[in-house]
Amino acid sequence: MDAIVAEGLTKTFGETRALDGLDLVVPQGSILGLLGPNGAGKTTAVKVLTTLLRPDAGRATVDGIDVAADPVRVRTRIGLTGQYAAVEERLTGRENLELVARYFHLPAGRRVSRANELLERFDLVEAADRQANTYSGGMRRRLDIAMSLIAKPSVLFLDEPTTGLDPRSRLGMWSVIEELGGEGTTVLLTTQYLEEADALADSIAVIDRGSKIAEGTADQLKDQIGGDRIRVSIADPGNVERAKAALAPLATGPIELDAGSTTTMSAPIRAGGGVVPRAIRALDDAGADVLDVEVRRPTLDDVFLTLTGRRAEDEEVSA
Amino acid sequence: MTAVQTPEEQLIDLDAPPSGLAAALADAWTEARRHLMVIPRNPELLVFSTIQPVMFVLLFNYVFGGSIQIPGFDSYEQYLMPGIFAQTVVFGSSFTAVGIAEDLSRGLIDRLRSLPIAQSAVLVGRTLSDLVRNAFTFVVMLVVAYLVGFRFEGSLLEALGATALLLFFSYSFSWIQAFIGLSIGSVEAAQSAGFIWMFPLTFVSSAFISTDTLPGWLQAFADVNPFTVLTNAARALYNGNDPGNELWLAIAWATGITVVFATLSIRKFARATG
Repeated sequence: MDAIVAEGLTKTFGETRALDGLDLVVPQGSILGLLGPNGAGKTTAVKVLTTLLRPDAGRATVDGIDVAADPVRVRTRIGLTGQYAAVEERLTGRENLELVARYFHLPAGRRVSRANELLERFDLVEAADRQANTYSGGMRRRLDIAMSLIAKPSVLFLDEPTTGLDPRSRLGMWSVIEELGGEGTTVLLTTQYLEEADALADSIAVIDRGSKIAEGTADQLKDQIGGDRIRVSIADPGNVERAKAALAPLATGPIELDAGSTTTMSAPIRAGGGVVPRAIRALDDAGADVLDVEVRRPTLDDVFLTLTGRRAEDEEVSA
Repeated sequence: MTAVQTPEEQLIDLDAPPSGLAAALADAWTEARRHLMVIPRNPELLVFSTIQPVMFVLLFNYVFGGSIQIPGFDSYEQYLMPGIFAQTVVFGSSFTAVGIAEDLSRGLIDRLRSLPIAQSAVLVGRTLSDLVRNAFTFVVMLVVAYLVGFRFEGSLLEALGATALLLFFSYSFSWIQAFIGLSIGSVEAAQSAGFIWMFPLTFVSSAFISTDTLPGWLQAFADVNPFTVLTNAARALYNGNDPGNELWLAIAWATGITVVFATLSIRKFARATG
Protein backbone atom coordinates (compact mmCIF):
# COMPACT_ATOMS: atom_id res chain seq x y z
CA MET A 1 0.00 0.00 0.00
CA ASP A 2 1.11 3.54 -0.60
CA ALA A 3 1.60 5.55 2.56
CA ILE A 4 1.40 8.93 0.84
CA VAL A 5 -0.44 9.76 -2.34
CA ALA A 6 -0.79 13.27 -3.75
CA GLU A 7 -2.66 14.03 -6.92
CA GLY A 8 -2.59 17.39 -8.63
CA LEU A 9 -1.97 19.39 -5.47
CA THR A 10 -2.26 23.11 -6.16
CA LYS A 11 -1.84 25.96 -3.73
CA THR A 12 -1.45 29.64 -4.46
CA PHE A 13 -0.54 32.45 -2.11
CA GLY A 14 -1.66 35.67 -3.76
CA GLU A 15 0.25 35.76 -7.04
CA THR A 16 2.61 32.95 -6.14
CA ARG A 17 1.79 29.45 -7.22
CA ALA A 18 3.55 27.46 -4.53
CA LEU A 19 2.19 24.11 -5.70
CA ASP A 20 1.21 23.59 -9.29
CA GLY A 21 -0.30 20.17 -9.80
CA LEU A 22 2.08 18.16 -7.65
CA ASP A 23 1.80 14.36 -7.84
CA LEU A 24 3.60 12.10 -5.39
CA VAL A 25 3.44 8.45 -4.45
CA VAL A 26 5.39 7.09 -1.49
CA PRO A 27 5.15 3.34 -0.91
CA GLN A 28 4.80 2.25 2.69
CA GLY A 29 8.09 1.86 4.48
CA SER A 30 10.17 3.74 1.94
CA ILE A 31 12.01 7.04 2.11
CA LEU A 32 11.15 9.66 -0.48
CA GLY A 33 13.52 12.55 -0.96
CA LEU A 34 11.71 15.66 -2.10
CA LEU A 35 14.48 17.61 -3.72
CA GLY A 36 14.39 21.15 -4.93
CA PRO A 37 15.85 24.60 -4.42
CA ASN A 38 14.45 27.17 -2.00
CA GLY A 39 11.00 28.28 -3.03
CA ALA A 40 10.33 25.14 -5.10
CA GLY A 41 7.29 24.31 -2.97
CA LYS A 42 8.76 21.65 -0.69
CA THR A 43 7.55 23.15 2.57
CA THR A 44 4.13 23.92 1.13
CA ALA A 45 3.83 20.30 0.04
CA VAL A 46 4.73 19.12 3.55
CA LYS A 47 2.22 21.53 5.07
CA VAL A 48 -0.57 20.24 2.86
CA LEU A 49 0.30 16.61 3.57
CA THR A 50 0.45 17.23 7.32
CA THR A 51 -2.97 18.95 7.34
CA LEU A 52 -1.55 22.39 8.13
CA LEU A 53 -2.66 23.88 4.82
CA ARG A 54 -5.66 23.12 2.67
CA PRO A 55 -4.86 22.68 -1.01
CA ASP A 56 -6.77 24.84 -3.50
CA ALA A 57 -7.10 21.86 -5.78
CA GLY A 58 -6.07 18.24 -5.92
CA ARG A 59 -6.21 15.65 -3.19
CA ALA A 60 -3.85 13.80 -0.93
CA THR A 61 -4.03 10.79 1.33
CA VAL A 62 -1.81 9.59 4.15
CA ASP A 63 -2.23 5.92 5.05
CA GLY A 64 -5.27 5.99 2.80
CA ILE A 65 -6.95 8.84 4.70
CA ASP A 66 -7.83 12.06 2.93
CA VAL A 67 -5.88 14.94 4.51
CA ALA A 68 -8.52 17.56 3.81
CA ALA A 69 -11.58 15.48 4.69
CA ASP A 70 -10.30 13.76 7.82
CA PRO A 71 -7.35 15.72 9.21
CA VAL A 72 -7.66 14.40 12.76
CA ARG A 73 -7.20 10.75 11.72
CA VAL A 74 -4.22 11.83 9.64
CA ARG A 75 -2.71 13.62 12.63
CA THR A 76 -2.77 10.47 14.76
CA ARG A 77 -0.61 8.74 12.15
CA ILE A 78 2.02 11.30 11.29
CA GLY A 79 5.02 12.93 12.87
CA LEU A 80 6.21 16.33 11.68
CA THR A 81 9.63 17.85 12.10
CA GLY A 82 9.49 21.26 10.53
CA GLN A 83 12.22 23.52 9.26
CA TYR A 84 12.91 25.02 12.65
CA ALA A 85 13.66 22.83 15.60
CA ALA A 86 10.28 23.33 17.23
CA VAL A 87 11.23 22.71 20.82
CA GLU A 88 10.27 24.73 23.88
CA GLU A 89 13.58 26.39 24.73
CA ARG A 90 13.04 26.75 28.43
CA LEU A 91 11.81 23.24 29.05
CA THR A 92 14.25 20.38 29.44
CA GLY A 93 14.53 17.68 26.81
CA ARG A 94 12.56 15.33 29.00
CA GLU A 95 9.84 17.91 29.64
CA ASN A 96 9.53 18.60 25.93
CA LEU A 97 8.95 14.92 25.25
CA GLU A 98 6.50 14.55 28.10
CA LEU A 99 4.66 17.62 26.85
CA VAL A 100 3.96 15.97 23.51
CA ALA A 101 3.06 12.72 25.27
CA ARG A 102 0.54 14.67 27.31
CA TYR A 103 -0.98 16.03 24.13
CA PHE A 104 -1.46 12.45 22.99
CA HIS A 105 -3.18 11.72 26.32
CA LEU A 106 -0.76 8.95 27.24
CA PRO A 107 -1.18 7.81 30.83
CA ALA A 108 1.30 9.36 33.27
CA GLY A 109 3.50 6.28 33.62
CA ARG A 110 3.72 5.77 29.89
CA ARG A 111 4.61 9.44 29.36
CA VAL A 112 7.65 8.98 31.53
CA SER A 113 8.72 5.66 30.03
CA ARG A 114 8.18 6.81 26.45
CA ALA A 115 10.26 9.93 27.10
CA ASN A 116 13.01 7.74 28.54
CA GLU A 117 12.93 5.41 25.55
CA LEU A 118 13.35 8.29 23.15
CA LEU A 119 16.00 10.07 25.21
CA GLU A 120 18.01 6.90 25.15
CA ARG A 121 17.48 6.24 21.51
CA PHE A 122 18.50 9.76 20.48
CA ASP A 123 21.49 9.91 22.75
CA LEU A 124 20.04 12.63 24.94
CA VAL A 125 20.09 10.88 28.30
CA GLU A 126 22.84 13.03 29.74
CA ALA A 127 21.22 16.22 28.56
CA ALA A 128 17.71 15.08 29.48
CA ASP A 129 17.30 17.41 32.42
CA ARG A 130 18.93 20.46 30.88
CA GLN A 131 16.87 23.18 29.27
CA ALA A 132 16.78 22.86 25.51
CA ASN A 133 18.29 26.33 25.08
CA THR A 134 21.60 24.86 26.22
CA TYR A 135 21.55 22.23 23.44
CA SER A 136 23.70 22.28 20.34
CA GLY A 137 22.02 22.49 16.95
CA GLY A 138 22.37 18.75 16.43
CA MET A 139 20.92 17.88 19.84
CA ARG A 140 18.03 20.21 19.31
CA ARG A 141 17.26 18.52 16.00
CA ARG A 142 17.42 15.10 17.60
CA LEU A 143 15.05 16.24 20.32
CA ASP A 144 12.79 17.66 17.64
CA ILE A 145 12.62 14.34 15.80
CA ALA A 146 12.17 12.47 19.07
CA MET A 147 9.18 14.70 19.82
CA SER A 148 7.59 13.79 16.52
CA LEU A 149 8.03 10.09 17.27
CA ILE A 150 6.20 10.05 20.63
CA ALA A 151 3.09 8.29 19.37
CA LYS A 152 5.00 5.98 17.01
CA PRO A 153 3.77 7.50 13.78
CA SER A 154 3.75 5.34 10.68
CA VAL A 155 4.59 8.31 8.44
CA LEU A 156 7.22 10.85 9.29
CA PHE A 157 7.70 14.19 7.56
CA LEU A 158 11.09 15.81 7.86
CA ASP A 159 11.34 19.29 6.38
CA GLU A 160 15.01 20.05 5.71
CA PRO A 161 16.18 18.17 8.79
CA THR A 162 19.84 18.99 8.35
CA THR A 163 19.69 22.62 7.28
CA GLY A 164 21.99 24.66 9.45
CA LEU A 165 23.78 21.70 11.01
CA ASP A 166 27.53 21.29 11.05
CA PRO A 167 28.87 18.38 8.99
CA ARG A 168 29.23 16.01 11.93
CA SER A 169 25.72 16.58 13.26
CA ARG A 170 24.50 16.20 9.72
CA LEU A 171 26.00 12.74 9.44
CA GLY A 172 24.49 11.87 12.81
CA MET A 173 21.09 12.96 11.54
CA TRP A 174 21.57 10.86 8.42
CA SER A 175 22.08 7.71 10.44
CA VAL A 176 18.99 8.52 12.52
CA ILE A 177 16.92 8.83 9.35
CA GLU A 178 18.39 5.69 7.83
CA GLU A 179 17.53 3.80 10.99
CA LEU A 180 13.94 5.01 10.93
CA GLY A 181 13.63 3.93 7.32
CA GLY A 182 15.08 0.55 8.25
CA GLU A 183 12.38 0.06 10.88
CA GLY A 184 9.61 0.44 8.37
CA THR A 185 8.58 4.01 9.05
CA THR A 186 7.63 5.80 5.86
CA VAL A 187 9.65 8.99 5.59
CA LEU A 188 9.15 12.00 3.38
CA LEU A 189 12.24 14.09 3.56
CA THR A 190 12.74 17.47 1.90
CA THR A 191 16.18 18.71 1.15
CA GLN A 192 18.13 21.12 -0.97
CA TYR A 193 21.21 18.98 -0.57
CA LEU A 194 21.62 16.76 -3.55
CA GLU A 195 23.92 14.32 -1.85
CA GLU A 196 21.52 14.04 1.06
CA ALA A 197 18.71 12.75 -1.12
CA ASP A 198 21.22 10.49 -2.83
CA ALA A 199 22.44 9.05 0.47
CA LEU A 200 19.10 8.56 2.23
CA ALA A 201 16.21 8.23 -0.16
CA ASP A 202 14.93 5.09 -1.85
CA SER A 203 13.39 7.33 -4.42
CA ILE A 204 13.79 10.98 -5.30
CA ALA A 205 11.22 13.43 -6.62
CA VAL A 206 12.74 16.60 -8.04
CA ILE A 207 10.39 19.52 -7.74
CA ASP A 208 10.64 22.95 -9.24
CA ARG A 209 8.08 25.75 -9.17
CA GLY A 210 5.49 23.60 -7.45
CA SER A 211 5.48 20.55 -9.64
CA LYS A 212 7.48 17.40 -10.07
CA ILE A 213 9.94 17.54 -12.93
CA ALA A 214 11.57 14.15 -12.45
CA GLU A 215 11.34 11.08 -10.32
CA GLY A 216 13.27 7.90 -9.78
CA THR A 217 16.20 6.46 -7.92
CA ALA A 218 19.37 8.48 -7.89
CA ASP A 219 20.83 6.23 -10.60
CA GLN A 220 17.76 6.51 -12.79
CA LEU A 221 17.88 10.27 -12.54
CA LYS A 222 21.52 10.29 -13.46
CA ASP A 223 20.84 8.10 -16.47
CA GLN A 224 18.04 10.38 -17.49
CA ILE A 225 20.46 13.11 -18.45
CA GLY A 226 22.31 10.90 -20.86
CA GLY A 227 25.19 9.14 -19.24
CA ASP A 228 28.62 10.42 -18.43
CA ARG A 229 30.03 13.88 -18.69
CA ILE A 230 33.43 14.98 -19.82
CA ARG A 231 35.18 17.95 -18.35
CA VAL A 232 38.13 19.53 -20.11
CA SER A 233 40.48 22.24 -18.89
CA ILE A 234 42.76 24.09 -21.30
CA ALA A 235 45.47 26.62 -20.65
CA ASP A 236 44.43 29.54 -22.87
CA PRO A 237 40.95 31.08 -22.80
CA GLY A 238 41.53 32.14 -26.39
CA ASN A 239 41.39 28.52 -27.50
CA VAL A 240 37.93 27.76 -26.11
CA GLU A 241 36.14 27.85 -29.47
CA ARG A 242 38.79 25.68 -31.04
CA ALA A 243 38.49 23.15 -28.19
CA LYS A 244 34.71 23.10 -28.43
CA ALA A 245 34.91 22.35 -32.13
CA ALA A 246 37.34 19.52 -31.44
CA LEU A 247 35.07 17.98 -28.79
CA ALA A 248 31.87 18.35 -30.82
CA PRO A 249 32.04 14.91 -32.47
CA LEU A 250 32.26 13.24 -29.05
CA ALA A 251 29.58 15.23 -27.29
CA THR A 252 25.92 14.24 -27.20
CA GLY A 253 24.77 17.65 -26.04
CA PRO A 254 25.88 21.25 -25.71
CA ILE A 255 29.46 21.93 -24.64
CA GLU A 256 29.42 24.68 -22.06
CA LEU A 257 31.95 26.55 -19.99
CA ASP A 258 31.61 25.78 -16.30
CA ALA A 259 30.13 28.57 -14.22
CA GLY A 260 32.80 31.13 -13.41
CA SER A 261 35.49 29.58 -15.56
CA THR A 262 36.98 30.75 -18.85
CA THR A 263 39.03 27.62 -19.51
CA THR A 264 37.04 24.64 -18.18
CA MET A 265 34.13 23.22 -20.15
CA SER A 266 31.82 20.25 -19.74
CA ALA A 267 29.62 18.22 -22.05
CA PRO A 268 27.53 15.06 -21.94
CA ILE A 269 29.09 12.17 -23.81
CA ARG A 270 28.04 8.68 -24.75
CA ALA A 271 29.18 6.19 -22.17
CA GLY A 272 31.91 3.86 -23.32
CA GLY A 273 35.63 3.35 -23.35
CA GLY A 274 38.29 5.29 -25.09
CA VAL A 275 36.72 8.68 -24.69
CA VAL A 276 39.59 10.24 -22.81
CA PRO A 277 42.36 9.37 -25.29
CA ARG A 278 40.15 10.34 -28.21
CA ALA A 279 39.36 13.68 -26.58
CA ILE A 280 43.01 14.38 -25.88
CA ARG A 281 43.97 13.48 -29.45
CA ALA A 282 41.27 15.71 -30.92
CA LEU A 283 42.23 18.62 -28.67
CA ASP A 284 45.91 18.20 -29.47
CA ASP A 285 45.17 18.11 -33.19
CA ALA A 286 43.17 21.32 -32.81
CA GLY A 287 46.09 22.99 -31.05
CA ALA A 288 44.24 23.53 -27.77
CA ASP A 289 46.79 22.85 -25.04
CA VAL A 290 45.02 20.45 -22.65
CA LEU A 291 45.65 20.71 -18.91
CA ASP A 292 43.17 18.15 -17.66
CA VAL A 293 40.51 15.78 -18.93
CA GLU A 294 38.10 14.02 -16.65
CA VAL A 295 35.08 11.81 -17.24
CA ARG A 296 32.56 11.49 -14.44
CA ARG A 297 29.13 10.16 -13.66
CA PRO A 298 26.65 13.04 -13.46
CA THR A 299 25.72 14.42 -10.05
CA LEU A 300 22.18 15.29 -9.07
CA ASP A 301 23.20 18.87 -9.61
CA ASP A 302 23.70 18.06 -13.27
CA VAL A 303 20.25 16.48 -13.28
CA PHE A 304 18.73 19.67 -12.01
CA LEU A 305 20.61 21.74 -14.53
CA THR A 306 19.54 19.50 -17.38
CA LEU A 307 15.92 19.42 -16.28
CA THR A 308 15.46 23.09 -15.55
CA GLY A 309 18.25 24.83 -17.39
CA ARG A 310 19.23 26.37 -14.10
CA ARG A 311 21.53 25.35 -11.32
CA ALA A 312 19.91 24.44 -8.02
CA GLU A 313 22.35 26.71 -6.22
CA ASP A 314 21.50 29.76 -8.32
CA GLU A 315 18.15 30.06 -6.62
CA GLU A 316 19.45 29.41 -3.17
CA VAL A 317 21.57 32.49 -3.43
CA SER A 318 18.77 34.75 -4.55
CA ALA A 319 16.16 33.31 -2.22
CA MET B 1 -8.49 -0.91 6.65
CA THR B 2 -6.23 -2.02 9.43
CA ALA B 3 -4.01 0.47 11.14
CA VAL B 4 -0.48 0.34 9.86
CA GLN B 5 1.36 1.36 12.95
CA THR B 6 4.61 -0.44 12.38
CA PRO B 7 6.12 -0.89 15.83
CA GLU B 8 4.79 -3.54 18.13
CA GLU B 9 2.84 -1.43 20.57
CA GLN B 10 -0.09 0.83 19.82
CA LEU B 11 0.05 3.89 22.03
CA ILE B 12 -3.00 5.76 20.86
CA ASP B 13 -6.34 5.12 19.21
CA LEU B 14 -5.56 5.98 15.61
CA ASP B 15 -9.12 6.34 14.45
CA ALA B 16 -10.79 7.93 17.44
CA PRO B 17 -8.37 10.14 19.36
CA PRO B 18 -9.84 11.77 22.49
CA SER B 19 -12.35 14.43 21.51
CA GLY B 20 -15.12 16.41 23.09
CA LEU B 21 -15.08 19.05 25.78
CA ALA B 22 -13.10 17.09 28.38
CA ALA B 23 -10.32 16.37 25.90
CA ALA B 24 -10.32 19.99 24.72
CA LEU B 25 -10.00 21.21 28.30
CA ALA B 26 -7.22 18.72 28.99
CA ASP B 27 -5.36 19.91 25.89
CA ALA B 28 -5.83 23.56 26.88
CA TRP B 29 -4.46 22.74 30.32
CA THR B 30 -1.45 20.98 28.80
CA GLU B 31 -0.73 24.11 26.78
CA ALA B 32 -1.31 26.49 29.72
CA ARG B 33 0.94 24.29 31.82
CA ARG B 34 3.73 24.61 29.27
CA HIS B 35 3.63 28.41 29.52
CA LEU B 36 3.29 28.42 33.29
CA MET B 37 6.36 26.20 33.58
CA VAL B 38 8.32 28.59 31.40
CA ILE B 39 7.41 31.84 33.19
CA PRO B 40 9.51 31.31 36.33
CA ARG B 41 12.42 30.16 34.15
CA ASN B 42 12.57 33.54 32.51
CA PRO B 43 13.12 35.66 35.61
CA GLU B 44 14.31 38.72 33.66
CA LEU B 45 11.02 38.97 31.81
CA LEU B 46 9.06 38.39 34.99
CA VAL B 47 10.99 41.05 36.91
CA PHE B 48 10.72 43.68 34.20
CA SER B 49 7.09 43.01 33.45
CA THR B 50 6.40 43.49 37.15
CA ILE B 51 8.57 46.58 37.53
CA GLN B 52 6.73 48.43 34.81
CA PRO B 53 3.33 48.61 36.53
CA VAL B 54 4.97 49.31 39.88
CA MET B 55 6.79 52.22 38.26
CA PHE B 56 3.51 53.48 36.83
CA VAL B 57 1.94 53.41 40.27
CA LEU B 58 4.80 55.37 41.79
CA LEU B 59 5.28 57.84 38.92
CA PHE B 60 1.66 58.75 38.50
CA ASN B 61 1.08 58.97 42.20
CA TYR B 62 4.04 61.15 43.05
CA VAL B 63 4.42 63.16 39.85
CA PHE B 64 0.78 63.96 39.11
CA GLY B 65 -0.60 63.33 42.56
CA GLY B 66 0.06 66.85 43.76
CA SER B 67 -1.33 68.67 40.76
CA ILE B 68 -4.41 66.67 39.84
CA GLN B 69 -7.54 67.23 41.87
CA ILE B 70 -10.60 65.16 41.14
CA PRO B 71 -13.91 66.50 42.39
CA GLY B 72 -15.50 64.06 44.81
CA PHE B 73 -12.23 62.33 45.72
CA ASP B 74 -10.25 63.32 48.79
CA SER B 75 -7.02 61.84 47.54
CA TYR B 76 -5.76 61.20 44.06
CA GLU B 77 -4.69 57.65 44.97
CA GLN B 78 -8.25 56.55 45.43
CA TYR B 79 -9.05 57.87 41.98
CA LEU B 80 -5.85 56.95 40.22
CA MET B 81 -5.11 53.42 41.40
CA PRO B 82 -8.11 51.70 39.84
CA GLY B 83 -7.11 53.42 36.58
CA ILE B 84 -3.54 52.15 36.86
CA PHE B 85 -4.81 48.68 37.70
CA ALA B 86 -7.01 48.72 34.64
CA GLN B 87 -4.22 49.97 32.42
CA THR B 88 -1.79 47.39 33.73
CA VAL B 89 -4.01 44.38 33.23
CA VAL B 90 -4.96 45.58 29.77
CA PHE B 91 -1.32 46.28 28.83
CA GLY B 92 -0.49 42.86 30.22
CA SER B 93 -2.62 41.29 27.53
CA SER B 94 0.06 42.17 24.98
CA PHE B 95 2.06 39.17 26.23
CA THR B 96 -0.42 37.07 24.34
CA ALA B 97 0.39 38.64 20.97
CA VAL B 98 4.13 38.35 21.54
CA GLY B 99 3.92 34.79 22.84
CA ILE B 100 1.88 33.58 19.90
CA ALA B 101 4.06 35.36 17.38
CA GLU B 102 7.07 33.73 19.03
CA ASP B 103 5.55 30.25 18.86
CA LEU B 104 4.63 30.84 15.24
CA SER B 105 8.09 31.93 14.22
CA ARG B 106 9.73 29.04 16.08
CA GLY B 107 7.55 26.50 14.32
CA LEU B 108 5.89 25.41 17.57
CA ILE B 109 2.44 26.32 16.32
CA ASP B 110 2.95 24.10 13.27
CA ARG B 111 3.99 21.25 15.50
CA LEU B 112 0.94 21.71 17.72
CA ARG B 113 -1.39 21.98 14.74
CA SER B 114 -0.09 18.69 13.38
CA LEU B 115 -1.12 16.90 16.59
CA PRO B 116 -4.57 15.35 17.04
CA ILE B 117 -5.62 17.93 19.64
CA ALA B 118 -8.52 20.35 19.94
CA GLN B 119 -7.73 23.30 17.67
CA SER B 120 -8.93 25.71 20.34
CA ALA B 121 -6.53 24.32 22.94
CA VAL B 122 -3.44 26.25 21.94
CA LEU B 123 -5.12 29.64 22.14
CA VAL B 124 -7.23 28.87 25.19
CA GLY B 125 -4.15 27.56 26.99
CA ARG B 126 -2.13 30.60 26.02
CA THR B 127 -4.77 33.14 27.08
CA LEU B 128 -5.37 31.33 30.38
CA SER B 129 -1.69 31.23 31.26
CA ASP B 130 -1.42 34.94 30.43
CA LEU B 131 -4.35 35.53 32.75
CA VAL B 132 -2.42 33.85 35.55
CA ARG B 133 0.62 35.97 34.74
CA ASN B 134 -1.45 39.14 34.81
CA ALA B 135 -3.10 38.14 38.07
CA PHE B 136 0.35 37.76 39.60
CA THR B 137 1.42 41.21 38.38
CA PHE B 138 -1.83 42.55 39.73
CA VAL B 139 -1.19 41.26 43.22
CA VAL B 140 2.28 42.84 43.30
CA MET B 141 0.83 46.12 42.14
CA LEU B 142 -1.91 45.98 44.73
CA VAL B 143 0.67 45.69 47.47
CA VAL B 144 2.56 48.71 46.17
CA ALA B 145 -0.66 50.68 45.84
CA TYR B 146 -1.47 49.84 49.45
CA LEU B 147 1.93 51.11 50.52
CA VAL B 148 1.35 54.48 48.85
CA GLY B 149 -1.97 54.87 50.62
CA PHE B 150 -4.63 53.23 48.49
CA ARG B 151 -7.38 51.51 50.47
CA PHE B 152 -10.47 49.43 49.70
CA GLU B 153 -13.20 51.78 50.81
CA GLY B 154 -16.00 49.38 50.02
CA SER B 155 -16.64 45.84 51.16
CA LEU B 156 -14.22 43.01 50.47
CA LEU B 157 -16.80 41.55 48.14
CA GLU B 158 -16.82 44.74 46.11
CA ALA B 159 -13.04 44.77 45.97
CA LEU B 160 -13.00 41.17 44.81
CA GLY B 161 -15.67 41.95 42.26
CA ALA B 162 -13.65 44.87 40.92
CA THR B 163 -10.55 42.67 40.70
CA ALA B 164 -12.45 39.93 38.92
CA LEU B 165 -13.85 42.47 36.48
CA LEU B 166 -10.38 43.82 35.70
CA LEU B 167 -8.99 40.37 35.12
CA PHE B 168 -11.94 39.41 32.94
CA PHE B 169 -11.24 42.49 30.83
CA SER B 170 -7.60 41.55 30.64
CA TYR B 171 -8.62 38.10 29.48
CA SER B 172 -10.90 39.49 26.78
CA PHE B 173 -8.09 41.71 25.53
CA SER B 174 -5.82 38.68 25.36
CA TRP B 175 -8.10 37.38 22.62
CA ILE B 176 -7.65 40.61 20.64
CA GLN B 177 -3.92 40.11 21.13
CA ALA B 178 -4.16 36.48 20.06
CA PHE B 179 -5.70 37.64 16.82
CA ILE B 180 -2.94 40.23 16.37
CA GLY B 181 -0.24 37.66 17.11
CA LEU B 182 -1.68 35.19 14.62
CA SER B 183 -2.05 37.88 11.97
CA ILE B 184 1.43 39.28 12.31
CA GLY B 185 3.74 36.43 13.11
CA SER B 186 6.92 38.44 13.56
CA VAL B 187 7.84 38.85 17.19
CA GLU B 188 9.11 42.42 16.93
CA ALA B 189 6.13 43.61 14.91
CA ALA B 190 3.72 41.87 17.25
CA GLN B 191 5.38 43.64 20.15
CA SER B 192 4.50 47.09 18.81
CA ALA B 193 1.26 46.07 17.13
CA GLY B 194 0.05 44.58 20.36
CA PHE B 195 0.93 47.68 22.35
CA ILE B 196 0.55 50.81 20.33
CA TRP B 197 -3.24 51.05 20.05
CA MET B 198 -3.62 50.61 23.78
CA PHE B 199 -2.02 53.98 24.50
CA PRO B 200 -4.83 56.18 23.13
CA LEU B 201 -7.31 53.67 24.53
CA THR B 202 -6.00 53.95 28.07
CA PHE B 203 -4.95 57.60 28.11
CA VAL B 204 -8.03 59.07 26.45
CA SER B 205 -10.19 57.70 29.22
CA SER B 206 -11.10 58.35 32.81
CA ALA B 207 -8.12 56.31 34.05
CA PHE B 208 -5.93 59.24 35.12
CA ILE B 209 -8.07 62.31 34.80
CA SER B 210 -11.69 63.32 34.86
CA THR B 211 -12.98 63.28 31.30
CA ASP B 212 -14.67 66.68 31.92
CA THR B 213 -11.29 68.31 31.45
CA LEU B 214 -10.92 67.03 27.88
CA PRO B 215 -11.87 69.06 24.78
CA GLY B 216 -15.34 68.18 23.46
CA TRP B 217 -14.49 65.71 20.67
CA LEU B 218 -11.95 63.89 22.81
CA GLN B 219 -14.39 63.75 25.68
CA ALA B 220 -16.97 62.17 23.41
CA PHE B 221 -14.51 59.38 22.61
CA ALA B 222 -13.38 59.05 26.21
CA ASP B 223 -16.92 58.64 27.45
CA VAL B 224 -17.79 55.75 25.14
CA ASN B 225 -14.35 54.17 25.43
CA PRO B 226 -14.80 50.70 26.96
CA PHE B 227 -11.71 51.39 28.98
CA THR B 228 -13.49 54.33 30.66
CA VAL B 229 -16.44 52.10 31.39
CA LEU B 230 -14.14 49.49 32.93
CA THR B 231 -12.21 52.03 34.98
CA ASN B 232 -15.35 53.72 36.29
CA ALA B 233 -16.92 50.44 37.30
CA ALA B 234 -13.77 49.20 39.05
CA ARG B 235 -13.21 52.56 40.69
CA ALA B 236 -16.75 52.69 42.04
CA LEU B 237 -16.45 49.20 43.49
CA TYR B 238 -13.04 49.77 45.11
CA ASN B 239 -14.32 53.01 46.64
CA GLY B 240 -17.56 51.51 47.88
CA ASN B 241 -19.72 53.51 45.47
CA ASP B 242 -22.53 52.26 43.28
CA PRO B 243 -21.12 51.41 39.83
CA GLY B 244 -24.59 51.64 38.34
CA ASN B 245 -24.97 50.57 34.74
CA GLU B 246 -21.27 50.79 34.08
CA LEU B 247 -20.70 47.49 35.83
CA TRP B 248 -23.05 45.66 33.47
CA LEU B 249 -21.75 47.59 30.51
CA ALA B 250 -18.18 46.62 31.39
CA ILE B 251 -19.15 42.96 31.72
CA ALA B 252 -20.95 43.17 28.39
CA TRP B 253 -17.88 44.67 26.71
CA ALA B 254 -15.58 41.98 28.06
CA THR B 255 -17.99 39.23 27.10
CA GLY B 256 -18.51 40.64 23.63
CA ILE B 257 -14.80 41.09 22.97
CA THR B 258 -14.07 37.57 24.20
CA VAL B 259 -16.75 35.96 22.06
CA VAL B 260 -15.90 37.90 18.90
CA PHE B 261 -12.13 37.64 19.08
CA ALA B 262 -12.03 34.08 20.37
CA THR B 263 -14.15 33.05 17.40
CA LEU B 264 -12.03 34.99 14.95
CA SER B 265 -8.75 33.78 16.43
CA ILE B 266 -9.65 30.12 16.69
CA ARG B 267 -10.95 30.17 13.14
CA LYS B 268 -7.78 31.84 11.93
CA PHE B 269 -5.67 29.37 13.85
CA ALA B 270 -7.46 26.35 12.45
CA ARG B 271 -7.35 27.58 8.89
CA ALA B 272 -3.75 28.48 8.31
CA THR B 273 -0.70 29.84 9.98
CA GLY B 274 1.62 30.85 7.20
